[in-house]
Amino acid sequence: MPNIQSFNGLAMDVAGLTKRYGEVVAVNDISFQIGNGELFGFLGPNGAGKTTTINLLTGLARLDTGTINIGGINCTANPKAAQHLVGIVPDESNLYPELTGFENLCFCAALYGLRKNERQTRARELLATFSLTDVAHRKFANYSKGMKRKLTFAAGIIHQPPILFLDEPTTGIDVASARKVRQIIAALHSKGTTVFLTTHYIEEAERLCDRIAFIVNGRVIRIDHTADLLQPVKDRNILVLSISNSEPRISDEIARAFPGYQVQSTNRGEVRVESTEQIIVGPLVRFLEERGIQMTEARRQVPSLEDVFVRVTGIEAGLMKKEKEKVRGEGNL
Amino acid sequence: MKRWIAFCNILVKDMRTYYLKPPNISWGIIFPLAWTGMFFIRSGSGLESVLAFLPGVMTISILFGTTSMLAVTITFEKRSRSFERLLLAPISLELLMLAKTSGAILFGIVNAFVPIVIAAFLTDLSGIIWALVIPAIFLIAIVSTFFGLFIAVSVSEVFEAQTFSNFFRFPMIFLCGLFFPIMSLPVFIRPLSYILPITYGVDILHGAITGEHIMSLTLDFLAIGAFCVVLFMLSLSTVKRKWIS
Repeated sequence: MPNIQSFNGLAMDVAGLTKRYGEVVAVNDISFQIGNGELFGFLGPNGAGKTTTINLLTGLARLDTGTINIGGINCTANPKAAQHLVGIVPDESNLYPELTGFENLCFCAALYGLRKNERQTRARELLATFSLTDVAHRKFANYSKGMKRKLTFAAGIIHQPPILFLDEPTTGIDVASARKVRQIIAALHSKGTTVFLTTHYIEEAERLCDRIAFIVNGRVIRIDHTADLLQPVKDRNILVLSISNSEPRISDEIARAFPGYQVQSTNRGEVRVESTEQIIVGPLVRFLEERGIQMTEARRQVPSLEDVFVRVTGIEAGLMKKEKEKVRGEGNL
Repeated sequence: MKRWIAFCNILVKDMRTYYLKPPNISWGIIFPLAWTGMFFIRSGSGLESVLAFLPGVMTISILFGTTSMLAVTITFEKRSRSFERLLLAPISLELLMLAKTSGAILFGIVNAFVPIVIAAFLTDLSGIIWALVIPAIFLIAIVSTFFGLFIAVSVSEVFEAQTFSNFFRFPMIFLCGLFFPIMSLPVFIRPLSYILPITYGVDILHGAITGEHIMSLTLDFLAIGAFCVVLFMLSLSTVKRKWIS
């Protein structure tokens, strides 16, 4: 693994990052620091500025203002200065369709100066890690979507970078492949690799990340440790009721009848009841039945990062996921 | 050392993926063969005219071979995003673009030797000054490749690159002294000849093969060398402006 210089224990220090495309401010005055070995999540909807931020940090786009320091190297003026320290897994597979999986990995390793023996050994290791050994000599063009994603991931870590940028690594792939990718991210993290992960899967960020930044419209609106982000919702009880009549006013009626409860109608024919106290189901059922409303299901929900995200950003998490999946054509979580 | 490993592997990958494919090998042989045959038949003269056509046929083989391939190796890779992988590698943009163009330069050089080999069967080549022909071929291959590179990085689609290339390539056949002496062109057109890089390479080849050149060879070498540098720098600045914006 290439050495990373000591820089106050930081793998990355970004200050005042701004990028405009004409009138559009894609990234607006973003600042954050990432410690060595930290897994940092960048969570936001489509078009929030996640990929633009990665492009700025990796030298694929030029910043308008701000400073970037990666691995103790000032990359503001020379974005290529720290490229030997970083690995990048882009949001879309960008390997060579006419090369086999094995050839693609060897070629990517050569770009980082690995010698022939090293390249081949490392390529075989990674093909095994990603369960791609059987298709190692198949052309990349003939890989399935999940295989392509896994090989693209393998290509990003072929040179064992101490800092890894992952742009939506599990989007658009099957459940098994996504699970494998998440296991590998966790394994890399446990071995000390610093990971910058962009995702729109809130559960993924919650499960993997040490710290998370919420980004909306090019601005970072909250950065905190995952545990601290969850703190405000940790002690809350949530009950989701599926009912036969989902008129919006029913939530107001429940709220009036049960003053300790916060009640909200969702657009899926459900009512969400939230409280710091235990929610008793019986009175709620009776209250609804008296109004001729049948409750078909009541399920307890564990408060999650999704609740925090919705609270902080005002963006419906489900909508964010659907929007992204519409673009990709397939979901996975 | 690491940079050169990257350089060599980019070159080898391009050679294997693009240049050593049967369609390109046949293109490299059939195209020069067709041009040689066409001009030989059209001239109606005997085998002694082969030497007069050789500089033009060699140049056209290099020009079309290199510029056509660059449209694929650069524009196509940019479209498919695999070029991003190269931009993210820890090598300078200059070295990266040299690696990407080296395959085309070698392809152009090989193309230039096809008409020479054919000519060797038809006429006596013992009078040719090879010490001038070799650097001239090399420089024409470089300048044609960098010209193709400049077009490839200036457009976003492969078909645009091909169209844009033809806009320059076909007039060059008539304006650069490949088959018709520049001095036989109308006076008002001649300035165009002097702003085209191929003119200087062809002049060196004419001097080396037939002994008839219109400019000093020093000027020819300096001019074509300057065009190489300018076209390469323009290409780099276009990549920085358009692709790393």
